[in-house]
Amino acid sequence: MELVFAFCVGVLTSCGVYLCLRGTTFTVLIGLTQLAYAVNLFLFASGRLSINAAPILGISEKIADPLPQALVLTAIVIGFAMTAFLAVLAIRTYADWGNDHVDGRPSAVERIIQREGMRR
Amino acid sequence: MNHLPIVPILLPSLAGTLMLLPPLSKRLWLQRWITGFGLLALVVVAGALMVLAQQQIRIYALGGWQPPFGIVLVVDRMTALLLMTTAILASCAGLYSAENEDRQGPFFYSLFWFQIMGINGAFLTGDLFNLFVFFEVLLISSYALLIHGGGKEKTKAGFQYVSLNLIGSALFLVALGTLYGTVGSLNMADLAAKVRFLTPEEQILAKVGGLLLLLVFSLKAALLPLHFWLPKAYGAASASVAALFAILTKVGFYAICRVFSGIFGDNGGDLAHFAAPWIWPLAIATIAVGSVGIYAAASLRMATANVVIVSAGTLLLTLVVNDGQSLPIGLFYLLHSTAVTGALFLVADQMGTQRGAAPNQHVGTAPEKQSALLGWLFLTASVAAVGLPPLSGFVGKALLLQSTTRFIEQVWVWPALLISSFASLVAFSRAGTAYFWNATPSPSPPVGGDKLRLTQIVAISILLASTALMAVYADRILTYSQGAAEDLRRHPLTDSANLTEERSGLNAAHES
Repeated sequence: MELVFAFCVGVLTSCGVYLCLRGTTFTVLIGLTQLAYAVNLFLFASGRLSINAAPILGISEKIADPLPQALVLTAIVIGFAMTAFLAVLAIRTYADWGNDHVDGRPSAVERIIQREGMRR
Repeated sequence: MNHLPIVPILLPSLAGTLMLLPPLSKRLWLQRWITGFGLLALVVVAGALMVLAQQQIRIYALGGWQPPFGIVLVVDRMTALLLMTTAILASCAGLYSAENEDRQGPFFYSLFWFQIMGINGAFLTGDLFNLFVFFEVLLISSYALLIHGGGKEKTKAGFQYVSLNLIGSALFLVALGTLYGTVGSLNMADLAAKVRFLTPEEQILAKVGGLLLLLVFSLKAALLPLHFWLPKAYGAASASVAALFAILTKVGFYAICRVFSGIFGDNGGDLAHFAAPWIWPLAIATIAVGSVGIYAAASLRMATANVVIVSAGTLLLTLVVNDGQSLPIGLFYLLHSTAVTGALFLVADQMGTQRGAAPNQHVGTAPEKQSALLGWLFLTASVAAVGLPPLSGFVGKALLLQSTTRFIEQVWVWPALLISSFASLVAFSRAGTAYFWNATPSPSPPVGGDKLRLTQIVAISILLASTALMAVYADRILTYSQGAAEDLRRHPLTDSANLTEERSGLNAAHES
């Protein structure tokens, strides 16, 4: 279970980082969302992984640490609000600048690459 | 029970919420008056807390939960000093904005108050996860304040600032998870008491968590590889917002102090001061890059933004110089640089708008409408920022230079500080020459913005007067900041002693 869990966190993080490094606002937004998922999973694991353990005393034999669950809940709420704000901001940038590049307009190199890509 | 410690969080949150509600949301004049009185009350509360903290460190357990399980607010001298700084800076920024800038878009004062709530909360909290929450509160209001008023430049700067800080928040959570998984607590005092007893394997993980925290706080404090967002964001924001943002980088520095002087401080066992070798080069390089930035900046606001970067580097230096014994000087410098950069942002904005053409470039155009008054204000602000006598910048820098004892420290610190001062001296002289002496009187009537109103002059003057007062009463401030630095190092121990006392009391209660 630990291996699968760690694998998921790792894949999500690497995808998130890769997408964050792209030049368009939409991919950055998706990347940040994936990064947030990865972080939430990671934070959850900080209370140790266990099966059949309730976070309440006296329900099951093993007890799960309730604090990381509370932390994850807070992190989800905050991350959700922030991502929503960023999405609105991305739409606003698109409206203001007429394209969705993070710098307002693509640099000269990027424009050449785009043109080459279209020719093919 | 004394509820004063929570007032700096409750008051802004109530004020901000009230101004969203119908009877107030449409009446700007009423919002201005309430903001004015609220800020005045905040200054009074901060003053009362400063007096309280001098007697003893006060711990406020929210909801009566017993620490370390609940969230605590801790008022020590460090917190009280920074609350006072925030209150004064916010008063001046609020006063300045009341003339014009609050009309550029809706809900300015709500956002303004939530920003103050986040800053105060970050200073007050004694819990690392709660620190994260207050960071987010201050960040989301800073996102909104940054783009307040709208415009192409603001949205672009806003998007970059927000996405960078979201990555920062993700790293913050990873760091918190690592620390919690290793040490088993997020209460700062509890962490400080526990890091000593970690096994060598756990120490490595705790180090990873600590360094990740350093990374996150460096992003907020604008240290070297992570400072690129700052000039753009501060350059794009409106003047009063930029002035208020002068305290934001200091929140990052404060968090670094709490973690690396409080938790991983003298009592950290094997982990004591483990980040110092990382902080040294970062701080020196930040000062160097900031100085180049001041020198190369095309506009006065960009130059001021780079002054913020240099002061962030200088502050961080005080944490490690002389084995951390220079921290009181660092706190003095923090007060100075907050006031001065705030004032500089306001003056630079006026100098830009009053001349009409080329508002933000170092070129000679038509003179400002009030060039004499602005000239004096600019002269005072830049003298303080560069660090020339007789204002507080000189006192802070001289004390810091004096406090370096070892030769190897002097070799690095002296050139860095002196060359950065020289670079800013040249840059500000050049700006002053272009703005005031190189002005060509135009035959047509000036087209620039309005003259400075009385309230705006008062706002700038308070900030500038405070740097002069800081120079005069430097010894008293230093005595207080000495106590603040002591509290920072000591509070974990006394706190954990308190905890054990309370715990034994509780056990006794259970038994009886």
